[in-house]
Amino acid sequence: MELDTALLSRLQFAFTVSFHIIFPSITIGLATLIAIWEGLWLKTHNPRYLQLAKFWIKPFAITFGMGVVSGIVLSYEFGTNFSKFSDIVGPVLGPLMAYEVLTAFFLEAGFLGVMLFGWQRVGRKLHFFATVVVAIGTWISAFWIIVANSWMQTPQGYKIVDGQFHVASWFEVIFNPSMPYRFSHMLLASMITATFVVAGICAYYLLKKQHTEFAKKGLSMTMWIALILTPLQAYIGDLHGLNVQEHQPTKLAAMEGIWPEREKNVPLLLFAMPNMETESNDYQVGIPNLGSLILTHSIDGEVQGLKAVSPEDRPNVPLVFWSFRVMVGLGFGMLGLAVLALWLRKQGKLYNNRLFLGSLALFTPSGVIAVLAGWYVVEVGRQPWLVYNLVRTSDVVSPLPAERVLFTLIGFVIIYTLLLGVYLYFMRKLVKKGPPSMANLEQQLIGMNAPGYALAWVKNLKEKEGDL
Amino acid sequence: MDLTLFYFLILGFAVFMYVLLDGFDLGIGILYPWFDRAGEKDHLMRSISHVWDGNETWLVFGGVVLFAAFPAAYAGILSTFYLPIMLMLFALIFRGVAFEYRFKANTSKAYWDFAFSAGSAVAAFCQGLILGSIVQGVNASQIADASWYWLSPFAILTGFSVMAGYALLGASYLYMKSRGRIQSHAAHIAKRLLVIVMVAMLLISLWTVISSVDIRARWFSGLNFVYLSPLPIMSVGLALAAWRAFNKLDHEGRPFWMVAGIFLLGFAGLVVSLFPYLMPNQLTIWDAAAPDSSLEFLLVGIVIFIPLILAYTLWGYRVFAGKVEDYQEGY
Ligand code: HDD
Ligand code: HEM
Ligand code: HEM
Repeated sequence: MELDTALLSRLQFAFTVSFHIIFPSITIGLATLIAIWEGLWLKTHNPRYLQLAKFWIKPFAITFGMGVVSGIVLSYEFGTNFSKFSDIVGPVLGPLMAYEVLTAFFLEAGFLGVMLFGWQRVGRKLHFFATVVVAIGTWISAFWIIVANSWMQTPQGYKIVDGQFHVASWFEVIFNPSMPYRFSHMLLASMITATFVVAGICAYYLLKKQHTEFAKKGLSMTMWIALILTPLQAYIGDLHGLNVQEHQPTKLAAMEGIWPEREKNVPLLLFAMPNMETESNDYQVGIPNLGSLILTHSIDGEVQGLKAVSPEDRPNVPLVFWSFRVMVGLGFGMLGLAVLALWLRKQGKLYNNRLFLGSLALFTPSGVIAVLAGWYVVEVGRQPWLVYNLVRTSDVVSPLPAERVLFTLIGFVIIYTLLLGVYLYFMRKLVKKGPPSMANLEQQLIGMNAPGYALAWVKNLKEKEGDL
Repeated sequence: MDLTLFYFLILGFAVFMYVLLDGFDLGIGILYPWFDRAGEKDHLMRSISHVWDGNETWLVFGGVVLFAAFPAAYAGILSTFYLPIMLMLFALIFRGVAFEYRFKANTSKAYWDFAFSAGSAVAAFCQGLILGSIVQGVNASQIADASWYWLSPFAILTGFSVMAGYALLGASYLYMKSRGRIQSHAAHIAKRLLVIVMVAMLLISLWTVISSVDIRARWFSGLNFVYLSPLPIMSVGLALAAWRAFNKLDHEGRPFWMVAGIFLLGFAGLVVSLFPYLMPNQLTIWDAAAPDSSLEFLLVGIVIFIPLILAYTLWGYRVFAGKVEDYQEGY
């Protein structure tokens, strides 16, 4: 088979960006949770909160490190593998990504050192400040990169000069139609992801009857958070879908598996095998007219189907269709667990219903999977376009020799597989080790009441050295 | 002022900050094998584990400034140097994760030590390779061709020179941040590296002046050499001063800044040779510049945020000022 540079570059980009997003979706939420715990500790002086913060800061640190190294690859990959794309959209995407570095990456990196290593060097309030800044940094970073991506989905505010995209209005570029939905959906997704990671580990401790008091606190908090966030996420997801319908009707048709050019009584498909050859669904099982109701909020609302565009302008339908179902399915699964938690809480059985705790433990990676599935809907659904309806992916790849891209793709697959294994190994190790003991924390607290005590200790040491 | 020129300065600033800051922490990775007594490797790691992320962010910043202000150059340079850039990224991945995993490892510590030092060395070498090939003027139309056009003898020389230069920065940093045997060992290594780096700079300068007509003209036509002579003279002066400072223990921070000065002068020399090209004889900064709408929009951010970034970065360094302590600090 002839190797195809464009296909390989796309595979490589898809693989590296998928690997990257695993880590931000955990760190954005986890940074926020850690900031909340640290704030609660300062406010209530309840060391349990400090214990939560101090335990989770370690998984946070290794996740953050993985996010950084995999992110650096991406910021160069636009140029290496999509050179023509970088050249023509650079004037739009470049400044957005530069703002991301200026307002977010430096901020995160600048305060991360103090957050991770500064416990003994700065006072409590300043440390809390550093943690909050890191959390805010992760949100800002998400904002800019989502602006960039949303512009590629729903471009506006540009003019084309000599084949290059120039910006006519930055306001329109930034506040493009899909940005508000995508940004809020993604921030919530990260919060939910981290919430279920924390809840899953707490449930695991409870099942194993280890660190039970610590685990109860964590579980109780995260289940309240999940109860608020998961319905909100479903609501925003619904709005997001309506937005897709308005701006990217072909993608929506792929998400719902709708083939006819125009369809009035759209069913909600529960199961189907979209078949791109026969341009129809095999084994279709659906609820009549519910699709119309959800998409148009009227029982026989009309929706545009896939056949409205020619076959080469359609995305990979089964992939989009199934990714969408995975995300929504997991979303409702999480919602169900959060509601179940409320019910068990009322019964006083939240901490000892083994079936519930087991499901929660099983749901530890559910957020990550839903995030990946969500992004596949967005990105694969946009194909064959890179900038929707304007730039075709296959036209803008770098004219590299295919073997060279194959070589680096294999390199990434090997390295990332290895790293993921290592990451999971160390996460497991940290979980096994458990939280710092309360006795230990109290001891540290005595010292920490004096801000910068380690520094004083060091100075002391130096003076003694001088005496010798 | 012409916005394009302003962005050229910003790009230069980003690259220089990167070379200076990540230079010393990559350098510590390169020096790693020379510190093998008990606890020394821990000490080296501790001296930079709180700053490496911020330092590497300058690399990301350099990349996106190029993307935003000179998209054609971002596209051209990155795709032309596909393999060395990818190798550099692979190397940076390994050394980056080593920071987190090393301190949590029991049995696999030796692997992380290797990942850290080999990753640092390879990343530095690739950067030098890319720099050398740019100076030599690789042809951007060669992307599609499968030859190893970026692996010339000159590029290999610059690759090793950058490695030596980073190692020198790393040694000067250690000299400032540690005591006792590590400090004296660092000074000992630094003095040798100082000689190597000066010789390498001389070789590279001669090589470019001899092989490139344009660069020769830039330096030697008319009275240019008189105006430009402070660059080499001051470098030599700083090198001598740094040598002396490594012998005395009274100003432990000073050699680092002198070495930084040498880097700055060398960098200025490079800019003199290449200006106004981003890729010699192919792409000037004006050919590659993004439209004003993009440059003006980003200008606001740069003017506001760069001073802020410098301020809190400095604050971060001050929180961890003084010598590195060998007790388990942190989270
Ligand atoms: C919604 C969130 C999100 C998304 C969609 C992306 N990222 Fe990311 N990225 C982050 C959220 C994030 C973060 C939370 O800010 C990270 C994760 C861990 C970290 O250190 O910062 C990060 C790190 C990170 C870094 C390292 C920053 C540093 O040196 O500190 C780079 C260069 C990128 N990313 C670049 C990208 C590119 C080019 C992307 C798109 C193709 C991308 N990211 C998608
Ligand atoms: C972080 C979450 C993201 C994930 C999981 C993701 C996933 C993917 C996938 C699977 C593809 C391949 C689609 C295909 O070829 O069929 C793709 C393509 C692409 N995405 Fe994303 N993406 C993400 C975010 C972004 C962002 C934020 C940007 C831009 C700012 C972006 C820019 C691109 C580009 C340039 C391609 C081109 C390659 C291609 O079309 O194959 N992506 N992405
Ligand atoms: C429960 C009901 C949910 C609905 C109705 C829903 C709906 C949607 C829709 C319509 C899209 C946009 C597709 C596009 O722009 O092309 C999307 C994307 C996405 N979804 Fe969901 N979603 C739900 C739950 C979740 C959950 C629970 C998560 C993760 C924890 C999640 C994570 C994502 C992500 C990361 C994206 C891609 C980024 C974005 O466009 O925001 N979703 N979702």
